[in-house]
Order: sequence, then structure tokens, then C-alpha cells
Amino acid sequence: MTNPNRWDTLPFAGIVALGTLLALPHPARAADDPMNSPIWSELAAKTFNGAPYVYDERVKVVVPIIIENQAQVPVTADARTLANVTKLMVIADLNPIQHVLTLTPAKAAPYISARLKIEQSTPVRAAALTTDGVWHVGSVYLNASGGGCTSASMGRGDADWTATLGNTQGRIWREDGGLARLRMRMRHPMDTGLAKDGTPAFYIERLDMKEQDGGALASVELFEPVSEDPTVTLLLDLPLTAATVTVDGHDNNGGIFRASVPVSPLVR
Amino acid sequence: MPPAITYTVTRRAVLAALSGLAGAPILPMFDALAAPLAYTLKPVKLTDGVWMVAGVPEAVNMRNGGAIANVTILSSSEGAIIVDTGPSRRYGLELAKLAKELTGKDIARVYLTHIHPDHIFGCQAFVPEQIAATEGVIKGVTELGDGFASARYGLAGDWMRGTEVVVPKHVISSSVEDVGDRRLRLMRMKGHTASDLAVYDELTGIFITGDLVFLDRAPTTPHANIPDWKVSLANLGGIPFSYMVPGHGPAEETVRGIDQTRAWITEVELLISGAFERGLDMTEAMALPLPAWTEQVALARYEYTRTVMHLYPKLEAARLPQVGGRN
Repeated sequence: MTNPNRWDTLPFAGIVALGTLLALPHPARAADDPMNSPIWSELAAKTFNGAPYVYDERVKVVVPIIIENQAQVPVTADARTLANVTKLMVIADLNPIQHVLTLTPAKAAPYISARLKIEQSTPVRAAALTTDGVWHVGSVYLNASGGGCTSASMGRGDADWTATLGNTQGRIWREDGGLARLRMRMRHPMDTGLAKDGTPAFYIERLDMKEQDGGALASVELFEPVSEDPTVTLLLDLPLTAATVTVDGHDNNGGIFRASVPVSPLVR
Repeated sequence: MPPAITYTVTRRAVLAALSGLAGAPILPMFDALAAPLAYTLKPVKLTDGVWMVAGVPEAVNMRNGGAIANVTILSSSEGAIIVDTGPSRRYGLELAKLAKELTGKDIARVYLTHIHPDHIFGCQAFVPEQIAATEGVIKGVTELGDGFASARYGLAGDWMRGTEVVVPKHVISSSVEDVGDRRLRLMRMKGHTASDLAVYDELTGIFITGDLVFLDRAPTTPHANIPDWKVSLANLGGIPFSYMVPGHGPAEETVRGIDQTRAWITEVELLISGAFERGLDMTEAMALPLPAWTEQVALARYEYTRTVMHLYPKLEAARLPQVGGRN
């Protein structure tokens, strides 16, 4: 039997060549990816919308050495050693949905801790956009056995999950150096829409942290891979006179959530 | 861990390499995975009629096949008594054979100390009516067993082949059971899990604690209640014994296992709740230094990391103040 497929590689080679040309002005290429990810070149192009990016170890992404629960994997993205960061994104390459969250720190450190669902072992990225338009990408390999993303929400087992929907807990600590550390947890199933039981996507899309006068401190866009009952830590540049931080949030079903987190007195 | 490295090989290079290996042993890097799987259990005699098969002080992996927990075999006039059955069907079959060889008798009774998969998945080698467990363990095995089994396939691979959940049929309802000439005191406790069994052999004074006690291997906490665990350790500490067989770690004539387990759960809980009260997130809490003495404890950082993941969500749910909700 002849092999009719041998000519099929030609157009593909052309695309690869074109892609290489287009990639030339970029400071980083997918081929240099320290994670050797099979999907990264396309994922980076899509996620950064063609903007240039560099691999930068100053952007730290921290995950545990072992995973206990694939539906609640702690992750910290930390770009505090970079100046002029306007966005900080968390990406999991081999998730069915890769984009986990994006922090926009208006008056906050480029730092966020949260939890994500993972489907399998995957590179996890923290990407920080600086004012010169370049994304700085830090990477780590997360080793795990799968199951998190396409499992139904645990909270669905509670008969009364609707009764606690949006319930918010939080606390603020004053940090050395003038920052205030906000930790908060908002009850929400964060359904991905991918679970076998057919539950549609239902997740908190956005959280806005504001001063009492409404001035923006930080906002976080959340996507389906953020774990049930989102629990985040942020470092806010909060005036010493501030008594509270307001958190406004909404989900993709029109649910509106609001919390007012008091600032603890300056004792640690 | 870095991703797998891709090697570029040509057929010629492979053939050349293989020809050089003719008659040589299996490539070492594939040895553990390609060799026929066998646990080759090595019993250690503690005293006349009592043997321990020691687990390795490691996490479950593809090389150890999950054989990380201690198993105890006792002889009796009625037959062999076994406490915990190991991680897999394959292990259970080897264990049953070993117990018959050592005692020269058939199996009379099997006890399960608690629900964790490294202790219960050898049960297919035994008759369910012979397998004794508390009501709590039977309930837990029924509810969690399938989940444990699939998780273990992921960690230990082919070692787990054919392993399935066996629900024990002998419900422990008394604090003393006689098996032939051996009288066993059965102490139903809790803390490491919702139902933990310690077995004390009156004839020899051997005290089998299950995972209420760990020695030189960090305690695990996926189902732990630490206040309950401390009470159980205090109760265990009041009982004189000849040898203590912990769930993991060496059998000793000392109470070192009780002291070390108490110190670990106390100090780790304080470290983690302290981290929470200072506002740290989980990854930050995981990076904290551990007490210096834990350097002598196998898997200290590994189990501490797991324990952060077990305790933190509970602390957050219980201790973060309510600040708002749905509009």
C-alpha cells in the first residue's frame, strides 16, 4: 500500500515555518520552555494574545511537594521581586481549562495564594505582565494523580448548599512594611461544567477589593479551575487609617456577593 | 519534579546497545517495574509464637508495592492470628502462606486495626467471617474502600492487581476475645481515625497499637482528630507491655513510640495553627522549618505537608470570622 500521507506534512511544515518567523521577535520561544510542555506554545500565544513573554525565575509559583486532594491544590503566585507588575495570571497547562485566575493589583502586591482543581500532573505557571508589555513566566511541575476537575462539587452533597452560597469569611492582618494581608473564603460550588453529572458551569467570576471610599485595591478574575469555596490571600497596600476593606463579587449566574472585612489593630 | 526527558535514539543505537546487553541482567532502571512482583515477606520473631513483618519507612510507591505498614502474626492452639493484612491481594496471599508456615496451622482470626489501605487490602486472602473489626471500621471500609482502592492503583500500580474491598463479617463487640489458648484484650479507641483498635496479648505482653503509634516515621493524619488521639495515647501509655508493635516503625520494649507520636501531633498542630493565626496561606505554612528532632523521623516533611492540607481547610472554616454574603 502506498502512503498518501507523505504530502500532508508539507502544508504543516509551512505553518511551522510561518510560526517560527512570527515567533522571532519574541524574547522567549516555546522550545525553550523549562517544563517542555506539549501544549505551551499554543497556550502562550492564546493566553498572552501574541504579546512577548520571557521565562523569568523571579516570578515564583509554589505548589506542594505532594497533592492530597486534586480538587484543592494550594498555589501561590508571587512576582514581588519584579517592578511595575500590572497583571498576575495563574495557568495550568494540562487542565481541561487552563486559565485559573488573573490578579490585577491596583494598590496591592503582585502576589496571590489560592487553590485550584487539577485533572492530572501538569506544569503550573505564574505569568506577570509588566508595564513594558512583556509577560514574565515562572513555572513549576505539579506531580499528582488526577480526578479534580471533572469530579462533581463536594458541596453538592450538602442538602443546604444554596443556603450558604456566597457566605464569606475573612480577616486582615497588618504586615511589616505597610501592607495588609487579606485572607478570605467565599462559599461557592465553583462547578466547572465538565463534571460527569452534567452540572453546568457555575462559578464566581470576579472579586473586587476596595477601600471604604470605593478606591480599587485589587481585583481577581476567577475561572472554572478555582477550587470550591474560593480561598485567597492577597497583600493590599492599605492606608493605616483604613478600618475595613470591601469585597464585591459576582458569579456567572448573576449572584452578587458583598463582604466588609475589618482590619485588625496593628498588633501581630 | 521535572518532566520526563525525551531521548533521541536511532534504531542502530538501540540495536547496538541491546547486542551489548545479551545475557546481561535487565536494565537496572526498569528492574523494579519489569521483575515479577513479589513482596518476599521477612518475619522477625519478637518472642515465642509472635512475629512481626515490618513495613518500609517510605511513602507508597511502585517499588515497595505499598508494604509500608507493620503486620503481626501470633500462633494459637486454634490457628494463626493476624493483625492487619497489608496493602494488596498479592500481599495478603503471601501473608497467609507465611502465617501457615510459621504456625504450622491454618488461619484462625484476622484483626484490622483501622480503615487505612496499607492495613486492610490483603483481606481477600482470608475468609470474611474470620476477619474481625470494629463497627466503625466496617462502616468505613464499606464507604471508603473503593475510593482507597482506586487511589492505591494510581500509586502502586500493578502490585494492586485484583485487589478489592472485603467487608469484615466478625464485629468486635467485646474487650476480650479468646482464640484457642490466647487471650487478646481489644481496646477500641479513636484519634488516628474515627475507630482505632489496639490489641494486647495477655500471654506475652505484646502490644499491637496500629497507627495510634508511629515510631521513627512521621504520623499520617488524613482522618485524624488530634485531641482524641492524645487521649488514646495517654490511655495506651498506662499499660505495661513487653514489646510495642507500632503501625509503622520498629517494635521496641520502650514507650518511645507513644512519646514520639504525642510530640509530633502536638508540635505539628501548634505549628500549623500558629501559621494560620499569623495569616499564612497553605504553601507558606508548608515552607516553615520543622522542629530539629524530626530530622531523625522518616517522611517528616512529606507528612507535615499532607497534614497542612488536612488541617488548614478546617481551621479556615472554623476560625475565619464571618464578614458577608449574598446580596
